Amino acid sequence: MTASDTQQATRQYAVRLGDDALILGHRLSEWCSNGPFLEEDLALTNVALDFIGRARMFYGYAAELTGGDCTEDTLAYQRDCREFRNLLLHELPIGDFAFTMARQYLLDEYTLAFMQQLQQSADATLAAIAAKSVKESRYHLRRSHDWMLRLGDGTPESHERMQKALEQLWGYTHELFDMDALEQELAEAGIAVDCAALQPAWERSVRATLAEATLALPTAEWAVRGGRNGIHTESLGHLLSELQFVQRAYPGLSW
Amino acid sequence: MSQPDAAQQETLFQTRIDAEEKIEPKDWMPEKYRQNLIRQISQHAHSEVIGMQPEGNWITRAPTLHRKCVLLAKVQDEGGHGLYLYSAAETLGITREELIEGLHSGKAKYASIFNYPSLTWADMGAIGWLVDGAAIVNQVSLQRTSYGPYSRGMVRICKEESFHQRQGYHIMMTLARGSAEQKAMAQDALDRFWWPSLMMFGPHDAESAHSAQSMKWKIKRQSNDELRQKFVDQSVKQAEVIGLTIPDPDLKWNEERGHYDFGEIDWEEFTRVINGDGMCNRQRLAHHIRAHEEGQWVRDAITAHEAKQRERAASAAA
Repeated sequence: MTASDTQQATRQYAVRLGDDALILGHRLSEWCSNGPFLEEDLALTNVALDFIGRARMFYGYAAELTGGDCTEDTLAYQRDCREFRNLLLHELPIGDFAFTMARQYLLDEYTLAFMQQLQQSADATLAAIAAKSVKESRYHLRRSHDWMLRLGDGTPESHERMQKALEQLWGYTHELFDMDALEQELAEAGIAVDCAALQPAWERSVRATLAEATLALPTAEWAVRGGRNGIHTESLGHLLSELQFVQRAYPGLSW
Repeated sequence: MSQPDAAQQETLFQTRIDAEEKIEPKDWMPEKYRQNLIRQISQHAHSEVIGMQPEGNWITRAPTLHRKCVLLAKVQDEGGHGLYLYSAAETLGITREELIEGLHSGKAKYASIFNYPSLTWADMGAIGWLVDGAAIVNQVSLQRTSYGPYSRGMVRICKEESFHQRQGYHIMMTLARGSAEQKAMAQDALDRFWWPSLMMFGPHDAESAHSAQSMKWKIKRQSNDELRQKFVDQSVKQAEVIGLTIPDPDLKWNEERGHYDFGEIDWEEFTRVINGDGMCNRQRLAHHIRAHEEGQWVRDAITAHEAKQRERAASAAA
C-alpha cells in the first residue's frame, strides 16, 4: 500500500470502529429511565456515555484523516444507513434486560480483547484510543459478566430469558471475527487487529461464563452478516432517523 | 437521672435548632419533624428520578455528539442525586421501597415542572437554565437545613447542579445567537418553561401548608416567595444577556424594592398540575410504574442469585 492508500484505509477503519461504538452507545442510552432500578439506569447510561465518547474519538480521527469539512458530527449525522459500517450485533433493538445484558457481555468480551490488541497498533492515534478504551471495557466486562451469572443462575424466569437471548444473538456473533480485504491489509501493516485470531479465546471465555451461569452455549448453526458492507438489519434506519432528526431538519448550524 | 418527658425533649430539640446545631439520624426528633422531612426529601428524590424522563426524551435525538454526551452525563447525575436523597430519607427510618410505593400510589409528589413535555431541543437548554437554576436557588438555601444528612446531600448536589445550569444556559445562548429558527426555538422554550419554573418554588407564603412549621424547625431557611424573587432577579438579567424575552408583560424593575416586580402566577394551573392533571402527569407516573414492574424479574433474579451464593458459601464452610 502507498502511504495515501494506508491513510485512506485507516480512515475507513476508524469510521467502522466509531460506528460500532456510536450505535451500541445509542442502544444503551435507550435504557435511560427504563432500567429495573435506579442503579441500573445510572450504570447503563454510564456505559452508553463511554461508547459515545469512544465514537467521538474514532470519528474525530477519521475526520482528521479526511480533511475538509468533515467532523465527528458530519460522520454521525450526515451518513445514511448504507454508509454506516457497524457490525450488526451493535444495532439490534434492546429487547428485554436479558437481551441487552447478553449482547453486552458477548461484546464486552470481544471488545476488551480487541482493544488490548489495538493498543499495539502501529498507528499511534488508534493505539491511544484503544488504551483509553481498555480501561472502560474492563469495567464494562466486569459488570456484564456479573449480570450473566445473576440472571443465568437466578430464577427460572431469568434463566429462561437469558438462554433465549443467547439463542437470538448467537448468529450475529460470527461477523465479529470476519476479516475483509481492508482489514487484512491494515493488519498486515500492523495497524488493524486480526479479529479472526480473537475467536478461540473469545469462545473459551464465553463457554466458561455460560457454564458458570448454568447456561447452554447455543448450538444452532446460523450466521447473519453484512454490517461492514453497509447491509444492515431494518432497525438501523429507524435508529438513524431518530439520531439524525435535528441535524437533518436544521442542517448546517451550530448547536 | 430520669428520662426527660416529651415536652422537655421538644424544648431541648428547639433549643438545638435555634443554636443552628444539625440534627442527626440517631438524635431525638419530634415525630412531625421526621414526617415532614420524609415528605420533603422523598418528594425531592422522586423529582430527580422523574426528571430523568423529559431530558431522557432527547438523549437519542441530541443534535451533536458533544451535546449528547453532556446530556447523558447530566441525566446520570440526576439519577445519582436521587440515590443520595433516597439514602438521606432512609436515615429517617423508611425504606426506598416504601418511598417508591408512595410515588406510585400518588401519595408522594414530585416537582410539578416535570409534568411539562420536552418538545424541542431548546427545551434541554430551558430545563438546564431555568429548572436547574430554580432548583439551585432552592437547594443553596437548603444547604443550611437543620437535618444533617439532608444538608450534606444538598452541598454535594449543588456543585453538580451549577454545572448543569451553565450547560443549559450555554445551549440557550448558542441557539439565541444562531439562525432565526434556532432563536425562535429558544424563545418558545423560554415561553413554555418560564411560568412552570416560577411554580417550582411552591405556593405563596400565606398559602403554604407546611411553611410556618418548616421555618420554625429550620427545615426551610427562606420562604417560597423570597426564593422565587431571587430566581426572577437573576434570570431576567441572564435572559437579557442572550437577547431573549421573559414572557411576562408585568415584569418591571422596582427601584424602591431593589427587585423585579412580576405578574401573578396562574395558581389554577399550578393546582391542576400538582393534583395530577397536567400534560404529562399520567405519562410520567405510568412510565415509572412500567419500568418498575418490568424490572421485577430482574430484581427477583438478584435476590435468588444472592441466596444461592450464600447457601453455597455456607455449605462450603460446613
